[in-house]
Amino acid sequence: MIDREQVLHVARLARLELSHAEVETIASELSGILKHVDRISELDLEGVEPTSHVVALENVLRADEPRPSLDRKRALAPAPDPVDGAFRVPSPGPS
Amino acid sequence: MSDPTLRELPIAVVRGKIEAGDLSPDEYATAFDGLGDELNACLWQREEAPEPGAGPLGGIPVAVKDIFCTEGVPTTAGSKILEGYVPPYTASAVAKLEAAGASVLSKTNMDEFAMGSSNENSAYGDVLNPWDHARVPGGSSGGSAAAVAGGLAPCAIGTDTGGSIRQPASLCGIVGLKPTYGAISRFGMIAFASSLDQCGPLTRDVKDAALLLRELEGRDPRDSTSTGIPGGVELPEATDLAGVRFGVAPGFSGAAEGVEADVSELFSATVDLIEARGGEIADIDLPNAAHGLSAYYVIAPAEASANLARFDGVRYGMRSEGADNLGEMYERTRSQGFGAEVKRRIMLGTYALSSGYYDAYYGQAQRVRTKIADDFRTAFESCDFVITPTSPSVAFERGARTKDPLAMYLSDFFTVPMSLAGIPAISIPAGLGSETGLPVGFQIAGPAFSETRLLGAAHAVEAAIGFEARPPS
Repeated sequence: MIDREQVLHVARLARLELSHAEVETIASELSGILKHVDRISELDLEGVEPTSHVVALENVLRADEPRPSLDRKRALAPAPDPVDGAFRVPSPGPS
Repeated sequence: MSDPTLRELPIAVVRGKIEAGDLSPDEYATAFDGLGDELNACLWQREEAPEPGAGPLGGIPVAVKDIFCTEGVPTTAGSKILEGYVPPYTASAVAKLEAAGASVLSKTNMDEFAMGSSNENSAYGDVLNPWDHARVPGGSSGGSAAAVAGGLAPCAIGTDTGGSIRQPASLCGIVGLKPTYGAISRFGMIAFASSLDQCGPLTRDVKDAALLLRELEGRDPRDSTSTGIPGGVELPEATDLAGVRFGVAPGFSGAAEGVEADVSELFSATVDLIEARGGEIADIDLPNAAHGLSAYYVIAPAEASANLARFDGVRYGMRSEGADNLGEMYERTRSQGFGAEVKRRIMLGTYALSSGYYDAYYGQAQRVRTKIADDFRTAFESCDFVITPTSPSVAFERGARTKDPLAMYLSDFFTVPMSLAGIPAISIPAGLGSETGLPVGFQIAGPAFSETRLLGAAHAVEAAIGFEARPPS
């Protein structure tokens, strides 16, 4: 079971601001989903290698040659607040 | 209004007519413009058709899921957080279709960031199933499937992470192919779960799927996980199944628990047709396939929680105004920009990766993934292909599963294991259910990079089924 405190902790990690109602709903939904997911925790998989990538690939390398990258103006065009060739953001504030 | 029969033709037939001089590419290129969109299948439609291009797909318009970046054309991934985003570059998959002479007809509606099985998670409204507007088209490539089935496009591309091409194809009565992981470049395809995401075609028939795949596949220096398909893709011609062995796993077939009557009936009928064409049915065992959903709903949200960290209001999309500091801006932007399902999965994934839970959830899920891939490898020693229903149900009513995320996730029961194993799988229409009158899909899966053989077998099964029904107009 996931409680309110855990939901708030995870929301902080995920940079999400949840309303009171969302905290309640997510706590109960995650508990339900994890109950289903927990079935795999009962399987004995001692010694089984985990798979993170399913197709066998060696390191994929290419020649280290300079080539043009995305033009600064085009990269900035979709930004909410581009200023002086950079992305402007609010101050991080007191730490 | 253009000739509806022209819009119903498979693109292989259209290309044949264009090459023989029986059809003007200009006439065909404009046949899909100005049709409106009563299904809400599209988030963007072009104003007018460009000059038909040259090449194997010359003059063919393609509906493109709105998860593919298209330079100069808005791309939202079905999310409010990307409202108004116009990418500065085009996804490799789209660029390859254009290089083959095709053109982008529309950008199709989808579940937000491809998370969903009903297209009810789009920030831009539900997509309607052309067979019954009260029902869902499936998801997450629901707009692509509805556009093809509803005659708004002759073919489409979508993405499949746990079934997002195959399940909507099944629910809309068309063909949908998820190729082997790595067959098609993911460059410019907005990432959901990077170890599972794969682009693929949604088409009227199997040959059309092969026609698109032939152009789409290939290694791309901009996606280091892309491999292409060794030996390429041949167009399928086979109608005979003599000596081809199809594996059926008892707990993972039409007889599995929770499968609707229409689905199990048409699964059995298709098995009979395969045998009638000379195919052999082999009993196989996929002991871990039933754990696929549990593993998937750890791995996919975990990867999504990392991939979606980039949506923070800094570089693209919307930003929540009025925040006092940077952290507050991130949190407000994400909370206002993401919908409920995306938040749920980010929370689930972040939880599964958080300190103290990582090995119990993510590590264990990756071990289950190994077991599932091993199960398929063992199965393919005694059969050429594995067959299952595509979805346990026909298209369900809108709203029926929105209150119960787990019930929605169960839609992916038959499609998730192939995604975890990285193997190719295709859904073809098996017929209309006798109870519901709605399309039912049949799934055929093969070993990694067996696309040419898989498409050949699917083509023969398709010929045996002879599905010709179209949605009521």
